[in-house]
Amino acid sequence: MKKKLVVIGAGMASGRMLEHLLGAAPDIFDVTLFNAESRGNYDRLMLSPVLSGEKTYEQIVTHDDAWYAAHNVDCRFGEAVVRIDRKNRVVYSNSGGAPYDALVIATGSAPFIIPVPGRDLHGVVTYRDLEDTRAMMDTRGKDAVVIGGGLLGLEAAAGMAARGARVTVVHLMGHLMERQLDPAAGYLLQKDLERRGITVHCKGATKAILGTDRAEAVLLEDGAVHPADLVCMAVGIRPETRLAVDAHLEVERGIVVDDAMRTSDPHIFALGECVEHRGQVFGLVAPLYDQARVLARTLLDQDAAFVPVQTATKLKVTGCDLFSAGDFADAPGREDIVFRDPGRGIYKRLVLEGDRIVGVVMYGDTADGAWFHGLMKDGTDIGPMRDRLIFGPAFQGGGAPDPVAAVAALPPEAEICGCNGVSKGTIMNAAMGGACTLDQMRACTKASASCGTCTGLVQQVMALALGDAVQDAPMGMCRCTDHSHEDLRRLIRAMGLKSIPAVMQELGWKTVGGCHSCRPALNYYLLAEYPLEYRDDRQSRFVNERNHANIQKDGTYSVVPRMWGGVTTPAELRAIADAAEKYGVPMVKVTGGQRIDLLGVRKEDLPHMWADLNAAGMVSGAAYSKGLRTVKTCVGQEFCRVGTQDSTGLGIKLEKLMWGSWTPHKLKLGVSGCPRNCAEATCKDIGVVCVDSGYNIVIGGAAGMEVRETVPLASTPSEDEAIQIILAVTQLYRENARYLDRIWKWMDKVGLGWIKAQVVDDMENRRALVERFEISQSVYRRDPWADLSTPSETPKWAPLADLTLEAAE
Amino acid sequence: MTIFVDIGSLDDVPAQGARVVRTAQGCVAVFRTADDRVFALEDRCSHKGGPLSEGIVHGTFVTCPLHNWVFDMNTGQAQGADEGRVRTFAAKVQEGRILIEATLLRRSAA
Repeated sequence: MKKKLVVIGAGMASGRMLEHLLGAAPDIFDVTLFNAESRGNYDRLMLSPVLSGEKTYEQIVTHDDAWYAAHNVDCRFGEAVVRIDRKNRVVYSNSGGAPYDALVIATGSAPFIIPVPGRDLHGVVTYRDLEDTRAMMDTRGKDAVVIGGGLLGLEAAAGMAARGARVTVVHLMGHLMERQLDPAAGYLLQKDLERRGITVHCKGATKAILGTDRAEAVLLEDGAVHPADLVCMAVGIRPETRLAVDAHLEVERGIVVDDAMRTSDPHIFALGECVEHRGQVFGLVAPLYDQARVLARTLLDQDAAFVPVQTATKLKVTGCDLFSAGDFADAPGREDIVFRDPGRGIYKRLVLEGDRIVGVVMYGDTADGAWFHGLMKDGTDIGPMRDRLIFGPAFQGGGAPDPVAAVAALPPEAEICGCNGVSKGTIMNAAMGGACTLDQMRACTKASASCGTCTGLVQQVMALALGDAVQDAPMGMCRCTDHSHEDLRRLIRAMGLKSIPAVMQELGWKTVGGCHSCRPALNYYLLAEYPLEYRDDRQSRFVNERNHANIQKDGTYSVVPRMWGGVTTPAELRAIADAAEKYGVPMVKVTGGQRIDLLGVRKEDLPHMWADLNAAGMVSGAAYSKGLRTVKTCVGQEFCRVGTQDSTGLGIKLEKLMWGSWTPHKLKLGVSGCPRNCAEATCKDIGVVCVDSGYNIVIGGAAGMEVRETVPLASTPSEDEAIQIILAVTQLYRENARYLDRIWKWMDKVGLGWIKAQVVDDMENRRALVERFEISQSVYRRDPWADLSTPSETPKWAPLADLTLEAAE
Repeated sequence: MTIFVDIGSLDDVPAQGARVVRTAQGCVAVFRTADDRVFALEDRCSHKGGPLSEGIVHGTFVTCPLHNWVFDMNTGQAQGADEGRVRTFAAKVQEGRILIEATLLRRSAA
């Protein structure tokens, strides 16, 4: 014989409980379900999307007639229970009784009605059920006032606004949602609502609802009157306990239950918003679902105990991103970590007690809310990560920095493979569709199938989609990061990172301040990407580039003034000779790049020597830089009997255009006036070999540790076009090569064909490259010697103090 | 108790940079980190005598400009596979001034 179970109230808690119960033991109980509303269970949390029109009622029904029929539930919908006869174990509605072996009270809560005149007028509603919702859906073009700026009230206000009503929110407190938000976040929320045309009246106490037959306006204590065809009271709820009180069950604020959800009568149970458990009442859905699980077990005579967990709040107003959990009131011993970005409307606040998170408030960007909430629930000791905590899980360095996090943050349309125009979304889709090796990915999307420099990023996107299924993670550029050079360049571009600290922060650097390997690389990538905005960081440069001279083994320096195209004058030579004598230069040497090197200069003499050389019209030769070094030339047609073009003149033109530019590695040019090639142009990074018909441009030579002969890039009869192509290929190299790759090395990776396509065949692209080079040169075509030998800079080259003198005193 | 001597303003040393102080015991490199802490080390790499004051400062480490040896400025100890140590001296910032230990005024380290 089955036991008789009667349930009063078909809400979300009792609905979930019945699912558990009937799922675990379909044949133990005959269930009778009373509900005052004339329908079964639906997802009340989803009333707001119904109100705003984003969902229909049908979409939010959780248990339909078929479900109740399939589970043999005797539904008494539209029948309100009026009395419980505990002695005889029968409940009564106005149309009859139902005996029970076990009774579950799930009457939920009732909206609180503030006792003001006019509260009974037609047009005054609460926000509790579908009837209320339907009344509010019918407010297009009308005036509506919502009393109460809490979670429910704001969802009502936003929903009616979306339906086309003119909405005013009247809120008693100083800021909206004061139980979940602090004033700063409440302010951002108010701004967002006001942008949607909702009027917000804080510190507004309702005095009366005005109107004769129906609501017409709301009068406040401060005298303000807000017109209102509809008034929604959403000032709070209280547990619905009338039946329990009448039955003389123990009731405090709610119906008192023990850990097993049993009331003071062993045959009567309760759950949901109507109960009080250990002094606490509940309004959010998560603990109610926990109660449902516990009660189902209790009814089956299984042990179970309800333990309330901290729950978080999210506001279901599309476009208002808000998260709140825990306790965030000011209290002694509590500390805050706050992140504000008012321009983007982002606010995050963590409340700490000792090394534990006790409260989280987020507005505008709540992506990390669940993570913080987890730390709070678990009572995690956040001491070790406190300095980065606010930035969320993606930026927790040390233990397990996650390079995939930055990739995860990219939007689907972000371009990953530049050669083939493949976006992150395309790669994700292909991975989901079965491409789980790099080769398969290349075959089906062409991502990383051309120059291959995006391989690391492609693998990371695949890892994002597939988890651990992808192997061969890319090598990091140094031990400070798992990102490769190529990835970093792309991420700097894609994420708009404009400083070294920003890169390190956003991309999860594992060290503080990087190292001597990554800092110069990042400095270069940033200045190449953002020539006008980024300010060169001298402290991230190798000594030679920082001091604009080459350090020697004894700590002295060598100084090389520029000689344009290797051409000098008696006056320049005199100035160099004078400087060599004045500063006691131990060696004067002619370099391989057609200029003169002054070796053994003391650091404190550098700015003085530079000033002297500047005065004679000379600038830094940048003999120390990852940048344009020399343009070596032969004498060409002007003097040479076999010269075909003005190679010296072209060399000088190129050097005057390109000096001061920074490149991934050193950049040496040569211009020879005929194929005899006296300027050795065919072992330079970029060379020109003149012929009778014009100019042969060659690239990719080297004569250092690696000896390489150049390969032909282009030929042109026009000197102007030759210059344009050289500037364009230089810029292409600047924008794409890995730091410390010479042109030949870069060319080996991307292929000569790709370079040709960019700068020779594609005229439009060539022009754009030249233009970008020129923009960068507008900043960098200036003499560092002049900048660093001013009266204010000069003293910085000398020792800070000389204690040998003090010792003598 | 360590006695300190004022050698200049914190502003005289660039963040993530260094300046040299000449002392009777040789040149001392005074470093300033990104978070405005100061360290004083012998300005001579234990490897080939390179001027550490010209190295790249990262965190509390400095990389020698000649052959990329890395030293922990807290201890003067070479990092990684390299073995060696440079002398360190007490240094601190007080009201925007840099102070280093006064023993550097003496001719010998004794």
